[in-house]
Amino acid sequence: MGCVQNLGYEVILEYTSFKECRAYIEKHFSEIYFVDPGFLLFEKRMIGVPPIALAIEGEDTVILPYTKPCFGTYLLRVRDEEGVAYVRENARRKP
Amino acid sequence: MSSGIAGRPSAIMLSQGKVSGLQIQDEEPKDALIVLGCPEVPVQQALALYLADRLNDDGWNLTIAGNPAVLHLLKVSDPKKVYIRELVELERCIEEVSAEQRIPDLVFSFVHSDAGVSYTQTIRFLFQGRMVVLVFGRNAEELTTDLEIPCDLVMDPAVHNPNKIRRRLDQLMGWVT
Repeated sequence: MGCVQNLGYEVILEYTSFKECRAYIEKHFSEIYFVDPGFLLFEKRMIGVPPIALAIEGEDTVILPYTKPCFGTYLLRVRDEEGVAYVRENARRKP
Repeated sequence: MSSGIAGRPSAIMLSQGKVSGLQIQDEEPKDALIVLGCPEVPVQQALALYLADRLNDDGWNLTIAGNPAVLHLLKVSDPKKVYIRELVELERCIEEVSAEQRIPDLVFSFVHSDAGVSYTQTIRFLFQGRMVVLVFGRNAEELTTDLEIPCDLVMDPAVHNPNKIRRRLDQLMGWVT
């Protein structure tokens, strides 16, 4: 599981808010997980309002929010089987 | 350790050691962390340097965290490092706090955007001590409603004039002279 920048990603939402990202995940995905701020995923600490919602799509894709100070929160789609396994093993299913 | 420059009395002298609750005569210097947001709102830079000056005079070991743009602005504004001390990139700071490699005693977090709320909530989750949150900018009131965290809150929709926030900060920290 490498860094999100090196793995490549697709932007689902951009210049948005943490609330909108969470709402989008809860509306569009069924395999949803929750983590706390500081959770290490793709070599980055998760930033956000706890609990932070993530999702798994299929067997090889992680959906996660990514916050930048000047650009708000992005919702990213990252293909990485190791990442999927890591989220399933370390994140929780309930907020 | 006072940061007062030659010929200038320190804030400790002016306020008789009451400032920010640190009895520096009796205690080892403690670590204060200022977490800055995107530098697009002008009051942030002024308040950050003002706060740094106060904390330095009070004897805190000061670190300022921000994105690269914020850190460049600070370095150019204060080339002789009269106010700034340690600077750290924001993501690295979050990493260090998460890994408990950095354990501050006091945190000030600046918020003027949704991203600022996210970073502040993250620091709040990771840090158990006293936290002062300064919320400013045109959306200050709305952003404050998203900050449901235990903290000392200073809020004003200031964009260009930092004086109201500065006065409230002075009162909160006991810097009123």
